[in-house]
Amino acid sequence: MTRRQRRMVLVLGIVGGVSIAGALALSAFRQNVTFFFDPTQVAAGQVPAGERFRLGGMVTQGSLHRAPGSLEVRFVVTDFSHDVPVSYTGVLPDLFREGAGVVAHGQMRHDGTFVADEVLAKHDEKYMPPEVARSLKKRHGESRADATAPPPTPSPPSAGT
Amino acid sequence: MLPELGHFALILALLLAGLQAFFGIAGPMLGRDRWIAAVTPAVAGQFVMIATAVGCLVASFVANDFSVLYIAENSNSALPMFYRVTAMWGAHEGSLLLWILLLAAWTVAVTIGASRLPPRFAARVLGVLGLISFGFLLFTLATSNPFLRLDPAAPDGHDLNPILQDPALAIHPPILYTGYVGFAVAFAFACAAMLEGRLDQTWARWTRPWTTAAWAFLTCGIALGSFWAYYELGWGGFWFWDPVENASFMPWLMGTALVHSLAVTDKRGLFKSWTLLLAILAFSLSMLGTFLVRSGVLVSVHSFAADPSRGIFILAFLIIMIGGALSLYAWRAPQLKSTAGFELGSRESFLLFNNVLLVIAATTVFAGTLAPLISDALKLGTVSVGPPYFNPTFMLSMLPLLALLSVGIHSNWKRGRLKDKQRTLLYTLIAAAVLACGLVYGIYSHGRVLTPVGATLALWIVLASLVDPIDRWRRGLSLSRAVIGMTIAHLGLATAVIALTTVQSFTTERDVALAPGASTSAGGYEFRFDGVRPLEGPNYDGVGGTIVVTRQGAPVTVLTPEKRQYWVQRQAITQTSIKMHHGNNLLVALGEDLGGGRWSVRIQIRPLVSLIWLAALIMAIGGATAASDRRYRTAKVAEAPALGATARDGAA
Repeated sequence: MTRRQRRMVLVLGIVGGVSIAGALALSAFRQNVTFFFDPTQVAAGQVPAGERFRLGGMVTQGSLHRAPGSLEVRFVVTDFSHDVPVSYTGVLPDLFREGAGVVAHGQMRHDGTFVADEVLAKHDEKYMPPEVARSLKKRHGESRADATAPPPTPSPPSAGT
Repeated sequence: MLPELGHFALILALLLAGLQAFFGIAGPMLGRDRWIAAVTPAVAGQFVMIATAVGCLVASFVANDFSVLYIAENSNSALPMFYRVTAMWGAHEGSLLLWILLLAAWTVAVTIGASRLPPRFAARVLGVLGLISFGFLLFTLATSNPFLRLDPAAPDGHDLNPILQDPALAIHPPILYTGYVGFAVAFAFACAAMLEGRLDQTWARWTRPWTTAAWAFLTCGIALGSFWAYYELGWGGFWFWDPVENASFMPWLMGTALVHSLAVTDKRGLFKSWTLLLAILAFSLSMLGTFLVRSGVLVSVHSFAADPSRGIFILAFLIIMIGGALSLYAWRAPQLKSTAGFELGSRESFLLFNNVLLVIAATTVFAGTLAPLISDALKLGTVSVGPPYFNPTFMLSMLPLLALLSVGIHSNWKRGRLKDKQRTLLYTLIAAAVLACGLVYGIYSHGRVLTPVGATLALWIVLASLVDPIDRWRRGLSLSRAVIGMTIAHLGLATAVIALTTVQSFTTERDVALAPGASTSAGGYEFRFDGVRPLEGPNYDGVGGTIVVTRQGAPVTVLTPEKRQYWVQRQAITQTSIKMHHGNNLLVALGEDLGGGRWSVRIQIRPLVSLIWLAALIMAIGGATAASDRRYRTAKVAEAPALGATARDGAA
């Protein structure tokens, strides 16, 4: 091989490698991205059947029930227009509480219950997941969103990992 | 009085940073020696001012001065003294100040180390660092001043976020930031070299120890963050591909590529323009990381409260710095021509593969981290990207990287012949494969396909790295610190791979509901729940559980997880309990009170997880050893024009 040919091989190899990696990354990406929906969108049937997604909203006051003898919990997520019942088995996060914002990962069951495999309630008690804050704002306008979603506290959680 | 003094010191620091930038960049351009001579005093003065400002803020924290807004928001009179000091960098404003302090410290270190550099070049490096410092100081003073007063003063503070009241937080941000900021030095060297047109091998040699040192700090910082997330967040994982974790990981990947590319530029004078580009990109990603975390554009467990004006400022600053550096690059890079060639199979070619793979890895992480942001901006819906994307794509570039490493360290510069090493490589590979399969199937008797593959690659790196050093040692030949450091760092990487493979393959996780006296088994251990008792700390109360662990009837250990309720923020915090047993990390966390004394309990058993953090420490030690090589300290070079630079400088 001459120098030129070697260089060509090298360049082609790199280009080939990068494109394969790119293609694989893209397909992994398509399969593994989860979209966010609020209860109104769920009620409107905007969620493709059988798809995993993130459900966000407020936990309805007094809706939390535990199944005796197991770690199964049921609660209702609402955006004050529509409600979605949620079932989850496992330990709830520290910041989970009725009347606070929550985001759950999972999918819809045929009976209309959202089966979550992960429940997130991050940050301090005043924190509202931004998607939830935005969805409430969209549904009820500025004032209502402000009432239910106070702005993030001045004392933030912090420092990078 | 103290806050005003700090505020004033910070303004003076801004002025000094401006002078440092102006004299450092304009002095060499216009050939004014007196301007160049003024750079060092400006550096010293700036450091003193910034240290004063930090000192004032810390003193105000210690004195519980709740008339300062930042302190009222992040401290409390009940907060223990230790956390009152670390609360200084507990939120946005203070952590920026910490960033600036560390940049000033690096700049002072460069000034001391620069005594061996030609004065003009040193002035340019310091000038660029001054410009960065100026930008960050302006940002702090304009949008995030920690010294703002609160009138009337708060009766007491809002307290430091409870999850940050932890010893690891005391050292995690400073070390992480030291790494982040350290890449500013590599960036400044690259910019100075481009400004001067001095793009020969000596430039690379001067940059290497600084880059390696910054890389070592960043490695430690990331590992500490991972460790903190593991035991403090209570989710029991060591890496979540959280945007903020990724923000620190991308510069690390780029920095690792830079460390390797610098080796080629230093030794062979090749990859010059590529190395410059990497130096720019590594620091750009560090700044982007700051931008992502600070501006609150990304939703994360770690992000600070959002403030759009801050985001816009950082974005503008990023565009000026990165855009400026890239323009400089576009102007200078075409003049760079490498005369030397190399063959496929030579060390240069392996280091090229290393760089390509690391950059691909960084790119996939970058794409996954920014995709939610882009999708949101384009109104394509709110998406999230998690481990199912990151794990396979990251692995895709890491597996070939690991396989090529063992071969690469046995290759020679320039020549592509591996003949005399083929036998060594083959034997070590066979030995590694046998050992790996023996260990995986001997200890665990099962495993996924990737388990023996990962273990084999890691053991191959261990064996292949040790062949040469052991051979040289037996023949009584000396080894340079650079080579010893490289070997240690590679062994650290192998350790990390072994640990990650084991953890990913053999972790047991269980969430159970336990009544007092009840027990459950997981991963070959019996966990008996002995109920909870109330407990009280300095600024919290809560309950502490007792869980007795046994293995086949023999007592192993007692775990004492806690559920704390911090008074001021009324926030519940899960305090996990972790104990080691034969390399297994037993983690127990209390979930919720289910009534009647029953609790939900999270039990996790992760083998070798501690080895991940140890591995990072080994890598960092390797980096520190390599950076201390005498070769970098004795390379005194006289001021010599390169690429006909002096003439052009006069014109410029």
